[in-house]
Amino acid sequence: MSETKRGFWAFAIVGILLLITGATYAYHEYYLYLTVYLWFGFIYGMCLQYGRFCFSSAFRDLFAVGVPRMAVGIMIAIALFALVGAFVSATGISTFHSAPTSVHAVIAGFIFGVGMCFSGGCASGSMYKTGEGNMNAALVVLSISVTQAVFVDIGGWANNLVPESWTKSAAAKGLPASITVTDGWVDQYLAGYVWDQPVLSFAKMLGWTDDSVIGAFLGNFLVGVVLPGALLLVVVYFFWSRRAFMRKRLTAGQTRPRFRDELAGYWAMIMASKRTAIAGLALGIAAGLHMYAIQGLRVKYGVRNAGALLERLGFDFGLSVNGTVFDPGYWYVTTQEAQWVGWAMHKLGWNQMDNIFFGFNNGIPNPLINPADWMSIALFGGAAVMALLHNEFKFKKPTLETATWAVIGGALMGIGSRLGLGCNVGAFFVRVSQGDPSGWLFGLGMVGGAYIGVKFFNWWTERRMAREFALS
Amino acid sequence: MKFEKSGEGQYLLDVKGYVCPHPQLYTKKALERLKPGEVLEVQFDNPSSGESIATMCDNTGDEVLDRKQEAGLFVWHVRKA
Repeated sequence: MSETKRGFWAFAIVGILLLITGATYAYHEYYLYLTVYLWFGFIYGMCLQYGRFCFSSAFRDLFAVGVPRMAVGIMIAIALFALVGAFVSATGISTFHSAPTSVHAVIAGFIFGVGMCFSGGCASGSMYKTGEGNMNAALVVLSISVTQAVFVDIGGWANNLVPESWTKSAAAKGLPASITVTDGWVDQYLAGYVWDQPVLSFAKMLGWTDDSVIGAFLGNFLVGVVLPGALLLVVVYFFWSRRAFMRKRLTAGQTRPRFRDELAGYWAMIMASKRTAIAGLALGIAAGLHMYAIQGLRVKYGVRNAGALLERLGFDFGLSVNGTVFDPGYWYVTTQEAQWVGWAMHKLGWNQMDNIFFGFNNGIPNPLINPADWMSIALFGGAAVMALLHNEFKFKKPTLETATWAVIGGALMGIGSRLGLGCNVGAFFVRVSQGDPSGWLFGLGMVGGAYIGVKFFNWWTERRMAREFALS
Repeated sequence: MKFEKSGEGQYLLDVKGYVCPHPQLYTKKALERLKPGEVLEVQFDNPSSGESIATMCDNTGDEVLDRKQEAGLFVWHVRKA
């Protein structure tokens, strides 16, 4: 594609988004709420593509090729988002709610981690790669979406796999009659097990509240993010970065590493990939500002959830039984993609409003007026613009082999997302940043899953490489 | 995936169409099979793999001789340390 054509397509994407912004605002000012999601999605897409920001590579590349750049980038983004998040929490307008904490987060993270290794990218990574023209990544996104929508509504034979205690506990929750809580594995898992687990934060565990200054900055930011993050990077430095750095110093004539060399090596690891570090910085700040902007609009319009705005605009189809739709107020992926498929399935006759995920929590509004969907669509656009500007856009068709990995990986990520109540962004990045210990548990599981995934692909690629080498 | 000898001390690794972690894993395994001084040409079209391959070479001491990029296709030459 020529430079002129690339420029044309980049401007066309931005132009379309501007047109949507202007036209919908002219129609009704409530659409501003959706366009805030849209433009933050666009920024996320640009940052992700620019920094090749993929959570999958953070864990996988450590084990696969000994490269720590993404683990560093993610910790930078988490620390910055956490800092902005602490400001938001301390001012009492945070939109974040901690998730229940238990071993389920580790198991979910493990399944998700294996999946992201198979598919070649995490949920957000697959989305930005789709924007680069990678149809393999688009297949991953589709697989995640379909799997989630099917998984959350599986009942029948799957009910036999539910422990009796979960069924009893779920039935006792007193959910509305439209939610068939004792029919469906995920429903009984959620209402019968997950909801019974403690909801924690580092601030609360230290005896403070999340919205106090000391709780937000000292509890959730310093103790919950900075200290464990810095410690993790020390581990990464000693196992994956120090050796190469010290080898260079020894080659340069130095005889023995000193403490200041260790500090220099630690800093060199952090700055090893400027693109990733810059993207982490921008992502962290954008994710924090996103919370501010959405909460500001909620105050302005006097609502607590976008469902109320959609209803005022005359869209009442697909609202949950509580009158809500999925409206996190910050960066999130996977739930809104599940909603696309859930909406389509419901329209085709598969009742998706009788389960907790759609019917009670998130709804299945028309994708055209679904706030979080606007974020995802714009994320594709932002990634495409960045790829076009850097001459990295290339339409790539999947092969049978890569399509197989994409479908398997996407399915595992879909299941992991629903078990963990979120993906690498919602269940890990956001939760860790906001001082929710369940985020670290999900991350721990992802590390384990990535390790197993890498073991498999080491075997697979070694087998193929040995064959090719013998022929060469 | 294609890996072949393209000349004296020169090898070609074609991993176009693959997403992570395949390009970097195949590059690592190809370099492990080369003798010091031999050169590997890697062709890939997954941009994020470039970052990983560059850092991997920096860690192992292998030298990235040149990097060409055109329309989403990356062609790099790496000399085995």
